[in-house]
Amino acid sequence: MVMTRVAVDEVRERVGAVTDPEIPTLSIADLGIVRGVEADEAAGAVRVRITPTYSGCPAMEVIARDIVDAAAAAGWDASVEIVHSPPWTTDWLTERGRAALAELDIAPPGPRATGASGPVPVTIGRAPHTASVEPVACPRCGSADTELLARFGTTACKALHRCRACGDPFDEFKAV
Amino acid sequence: MSEAHAPLVAALADDALIYAQRLGEWISRAPQIEEDMALGNIGLDLLGRARSLYGLLGSLDGTGRGEDDYAYWRDEREFRHVHLVEQPRHDFGFEIVRLLLVSSLDVERCAALASSADVELAGVASKAVTESRYHRDHARLWALRLGDGTDESHRRMVAALERVAPYVAELFEDTAVEVAAVDAGVGVLPSTLRAGVLGFVEDVLAEATLEGVPSSRRRSRGGREGLHSEACGYLLAEMQHLARSHPGATW
Repeated sequence: MVMTRVAVDEVRERVGAVTDPEIPTLSIADLGIVRGVEADEAAGAVRVRITPTYSGCPAMEVIARDIVDAAAAAGWDASVEIVHSPPWTTDWLTERGRAALAELDIAPPGPRATGASGPVPVTIGRAPHTASVEPVACPRCGSADTELLARFGTTACKALHRCRACGDPFDEFKAV
Repeated sequence: MSEAHAPLVAALADDALIYAQRLGEWISRAPQIEEDMALGNIGLDLLGRARSLYGLLGSLDGTGRGEDDYAYWRDEREFRHVHLVEQPRHDFGFEIVRLLLVSSLDVERCAALASSADVELAGVASKAVTESRYHRDHARLWALRLGDGTDESHRRMVAALERVAPYVAELFEDTAVEVAAVDAGVGVLPSTLRAGVLGFVEDVLAEATLEGVPSSRRRSRGGREGLHSEACGYLLAEMQHLARSHPGATW
């Protein structure tokens, strides 16, 4: 079977539409990890540069494979390169990405506490230095009356909370 | 051709990999399931950091090796981590004290490396700062709870501080590895991090009603030159045996 090769813009879009295997409503374009898609039309090859969210995120390998598959289905040979600079932060999430998280009842990340080289945040008492300044709103009922159950949740990027209003536990996408 | 800061990248990667291996041992053994997850997740962050660094190392040292070559196919004398991270898992108090030290060092060290002339190393380091700050917070909260907790938890924390004491000086030693990197404009001297790291740790310990890290007559040395304690060989045997029993196996 001869594969028809789609246009450059189209393959770029299809690569960006690959979803996070852990968060299937979230595309990698909206996650903000796609750093570049360079196409060589003559060779039918496309080079995709992505950056990891968390250092230990095991989803990166699956995402890299899915990119190659998505490009292949569009008639392109993809190579995936992982770049580290500049590092990803939750600020790279798009508004649509945040909405996709909320759709799965995952609280989107709040504002980041500090920059990489910023001063150590000072807190009064025994609150964690890196905790969100604002309370994390329940993604189900919207109440701000929530408590942190565990700072390390189901995946590297999430913390576990519970809503005191509706009683449901929920994940928060941690701000980094 | 090997870059002057290749040994530094190897040292950073090995510190992360070996501690990740130790932290992974806590899964199913921590005092509560949330803690299995927490220590496992911290280990996973460190493992990811090690993988990124080994990725850089393959081109820096001119050998073109990949992460598996470094993790599974080097012998004890080729590993460059400090002795603290290879020490056997002990009780939970010991792990919290060790995590407090290692994560505090990582925060300061990676913050300094975030402005490294090697932009890829700087990228890995600046991501690591925010993660390590989170790890350090976790250790801090537990240190407060255990130090200022029951008589038994306090006693265990005091014992843990005695247990880590011989391994602290090595963390801040300027070895040939760091000096070469600094000369090349890429690294940071560990001695310059000492005040910041121990300042943070001592503040936490004071708040936890504990005295600081005691001085020790014994002190570890040589990790950066590949000289390790007895614990290292056993750790590597467990970590490497599968890859070596089935060379080339993948899944």
